[in-house]
Amino acid sequence: MTMTLQANNVTFTYRGRHGAPVLQNISLTIQSGERVGLKAPSGRGKTTLCRLLAGYERPQSGQVLLDGKPVCGMRGVCPVQMMWQHPETVVDPLLRLGVTLSESGPVDRRLLEELHIEDGWMERFPAELSGGELQRFCLARALNPATRFLLCDEISAMLDLVTQAQIWSFLIREAERRDLGLLIVSHSDSLLEQVCTRIETLPV
Amino acid sequence: MTTTNRRRSTLFLVLFAVAVLAAITVAGILLNGRAMESDFARKNLMPCLEYPFGTDWMGRDMLARTLAGLSLSIRIGLLTAAVSACIALVMGIISATMGRWADSVVCFCIDLVMGIPHILLVMLISIACGKGFLGVVTGVALSHWTSLARVIRGEVMQLRQAPYILAARKLGIRRWDIVRRHMLVHLMPQFLTGLILLFPHAILHEASVTFLGFGLSSEQPAIGVILSESMRYLTTGKWWLALFPGISLVIVVLLFALLGERIRLLLDPASAQE
Repeated sequence: MTMTLQANNVTFTYRGRHGAPVLQNISLTIQSGERVGLKAPSGRGKTTLCRLLAGYERPQSGQVLLDGKPVCGMRGVCPVQMMWQHPETVVDPLLRLGVTLSESGPVDRRLLEELHIEDGWMERFPAELSGGELQRFCLARALNPATRFLLCDEISAMLDLVTQAQIWSFLIREAERRDLGLLIVSHSDSLLEQVCTRIETLPV
Repeated sequence: MTTTNRRRSTLFLVLFAVAVLAAITVAGILLNGRAMESDFARKNLMPCLEYPFGTDWMGRDMLARTLAGLSLSIRIGLLTAAVSACIALVMGIISATMGRWADSVVCFCIDLVMGIPHILLVMLISIACGKGFLGVVTGVALSHWTSLARVIRGEVMQLRQAPYILAARKLGIRRWDIVRRHMLVHLMPQFLTGLILLFPHAILHEASVTFLGFGLSSEQPAIGVILSESMRYLTTGKWWLALFPGISLVIVVLLFALLGERIRLLLDPASAQE
């Protein structure tokens, strides 16, 4: 079943920045199965667009729709999940990782094996893992069975090339298997060309 | 090595303060009988070896009276501080999570309580509740939660925007589970420190309200009662009646303040090494 995630003419201003919208009349459509690349210089609102698409923020005008329904007010596990640039901020520093992971329900063994997540990590605290390990961990959490769209905001910027390659080849396989829609934000043109089916640029 | 030693000495200070306070509390409970005992054969004795704090005009042992009074103060302080801190925790969380309307109501209550001078509010509530133990506890408990509630409200508001809480909400975790699993753990250091730093306030206000005659009844050996009675004998040269109980009260308050400060240092990750 194909689903559509759609931003229609969204405009967004952060509170306190009067009259200077970060995004103005932006439209973007992602179908499931698509891997859309998004590029723009720093500070042009790539992360903001991700936050809007995932329903973390409400646009001042325009709509973000998933199959015609607004993403913002959805109950239960949101089908649009976002991966953040800094994984260490997305896990509760005072909880063992096993507890954090269990918030996404029972996670498939196969997923953990493919992401090389070791059982011993479940007993550890986030400060005891490296950024790359945490990022894979967040990926396992975001790939809830209910997830249909995954927004990847610079998820590989701070990883070494080998880990980057592992993560992306895993993500492409997983997206194809589950017919996920991906939005990939990156500054690296070669990465976007390699991974994406379509590349969009935010207007200046 | 110096860091671990420092942490250990802080821990030692904390344990020492707790031990002294616990000893005073237990000793006061055990000495309650002796504190009431009057013997006119030994009235108005200066401090001496047998009676280190002297005796009063009814021949009561001032050391026993002081210990019993401090013990009562500490127990009242514990109770009121605990009730106050719990009110603060609940109000802070309600204000920060239940939407704008609840926030305005809670903030209005905080401003209202803060706007009235503490001692006046404690007196009014105490009189309304019929003075005595119940009056003092209710009065102090209902007037001391405000500043901690503000701290907790601010903390929860900050936590609410933390990416890991946003991510948990996107995974469909219910609001109450988020408060329980993610927020309470983070609030614990603030809460515990606030709780302990409430003790000195609670004890001092209990003593002052009793001193003014709106608190505990005069047959109870409370510090406030001791101080207000000894006022009458000060002018006749019986300085020990007020001096030793007063100094002991100050020492107990300082011990609690030190305890709170050290526990904050131990719990706060930014200063965990000190």
